[in-house]
Amino acid sequence: MKTPSTSPHRWRLTADTVPYVLLAPFVILFLVFGLFPLGFSLFLAFQSWEPSAGLNTMKFVGWENFAFALEDEWFWKSLRNTAWLALVSGVPQHLVSIPLACFIHNAFKRWRNAVIGAYFLPYITSTVAIAMMFSSLFSTDYGLINQGLMALQAWLPWGTPQAPTDWLGQAENIKPAIAFVVFWRYVGFNTVLYLAALQTIPKDLYEAATMDGANAWKQFFYITLPSLKPMIFFGITLTIIGGLQLFEEPFILTGGRGGTDQAGMTTAMYMYRTAFEFNDFGTASALSWLLFVVVALLTWITNRAFKPRGGGA
Amino acid sequence: MKTSRFFKDRLSPIAAYLLVGLGAVVMLAPFYFMFVFATHSRTEIFNLPPPLLPGNDWAFNLAILTDKIPFWKSLGWSLYVALASTALTLVFCSMGGYAFAMFEFKFKKSLFLLVMGTMLIPSFLSMIPTFMVMDALGWIDQPRALYIPGAASAFGIFLMRQFISASIPKDLIEAARMDGCSELGIYARIVLPLLQPALGTLGLITFIASWNNFIGPLIVMRSPEMYTLPLALRSMQSPVNTEWGALMTGSAIATLPLLVLFVLSSRRLIDGLTTGAVK
Repeated sequence: MKTPSTSPHRWRLTADTVPYVLLAPFVILFLVFGLFPLGFSLFLAFQSWEPSAGLNTMKFVGWENFAFALEDEWFWKSLRNTAWLALVSGVPQHLVSIPLACFIHNAFKRWRNAVIGAYFLPYITSTVAIAMMFSSLFSTDYGLINQGLMALQAWLPWGTPQAPTDWLGQAENIKPAIAFVVFWRYVGFNTVLYLAALQTIPKDLYEAATMDGANAWKQFFYITLPSLKPMIFFGITLTIIGGLQLFEEPFILTGGRGGTDQAGMTTAMYMYRTAFEFNDFGTASALSWLLFVVVALLTWITNRAFKPRGGGA
Repeated sequence: MKTSRFFKDRLSPIAAYLLVGLGAVVMLAPFYFMFVFATHSRTEIFNLPPPLLPGNDWAFNLAILTDKIPFWKSLGWSLYVALASTALTLVFCSMGGYAFAMFEFKFKKSLFLLVMGTMLIPSFLSMIPTFMVMDALGWIDQPRALYIPGAASAFGIFLMRQFISASIPKDLIEAARMDGCSELGIYARIVLPLLQPALGTLGLITFIASWNNFIGPLIVMRSPEMYTLPLALRSMQSPVNTEWGALMTGSAIATLPLLVLFVLSSRRLIDGLTTGAVK
């Protein structure tokens, strides 16, 4: 029984005030740890500042940090590395996961969950454990990957024995090694996305096509792929956004420094190093905003490329 | 004609099964070797041929591990942060999701857009100022710097809202209100119990994310005594003389709880992690 005016619990929540109380944690945490850092990062991008010298040594420098970054050879190098890694690890993820998902969807019943689980497992494993695992597998002289490759070369009739590959030490091998680890880690996640999308395609579409005499390939190209288009768009967007932010895998695999000749240094890594290794918070903030512009631009381009033009409705 | 049918109907499915199976082996092999190497000394790991079966140097590796890094302490911090993060996230996200699913209020639309919008902010953008905020708050080397900031996550709030709108009827809440149940009572005694399956999913996801979190502790945990497991393991990596056996033992111990969780709940976890995409 509610008697609002005479209630002894005047602080008692009512249906009008309760949503604001319920959302207060989100709002407070967002203001302190979301909005403020974001604004402050934009502010910092126009300041020259070395944190060790104290807050009062901050100085407004206009666009200088951006100009510096745009003329910085390492920034462009890191951007090229990032693009290379995003492309070489990203494209195969989708080329493999779409057919894989179709096959699992059609052909697996009893073992379905086990197979999906096997492909998905790397996604929920700690990057550090993964990177450590691969560091030992990639090791030059006795690593299992080189051992396997050499055994393969000795066994294949046309193979010629070669010196073991220095995967994580030699500049030209670092990126392929990192790209493989990233591919390995995310291919299962994409497969699961496509499996979810495949379940929403109506079965009678295929039945009708079979009646009309369309073979499996035709059905794949004329029914499955077009129906998957929205998910392909979503998956590729996620891959682009994630790939351009790549940090943990290359950071740990190259010992935090980007490897020989910075061949494995991504832009996010360069930003981290600029801040915490070179102590230049202003330039690091400018770098993070430049990277943000690249991410936003590419997301927008993907959006344009996939959405039908001129509002077909 | 006959052979082509043979290829199509018999051989190509077999080839496809083989490929999928081979792929699954490639996915799982690194885990297998992590566990095998965890039981071998460093010299054995780099033998020719390398060990393919478990050995018996596990205790020896663990001794090196606990000698080089404060391993048990790091394990404790990881567990503590993951549990605190899970508990706090469940409370804050269920609150937020409940508000969006069951109430009409001013600014509801714009607040919801804001929540969803935070998912679009890339984490690298606020990395540096987050460090400065933590520094200003005196939260460097404090576990709360790891479990408080992300506790009202957009993903969690969205997941909770979806579940509540789909499975808890508004009439039930109205009826409880009519019967004089307090707002807090409705949340605690009606919404939370009905929300259990979704809380389980979000709890699992939060626990795993926190357990694996690397960038967060990398920014705020500065002294080795406060390192969580991923940071501690990474600190063992050195250009020369990495203790691979011990490192694999540590990685295996860090991975084992997740493997168990995953085997017990893979369906639920996978569904939860992909909800945003499907709905």
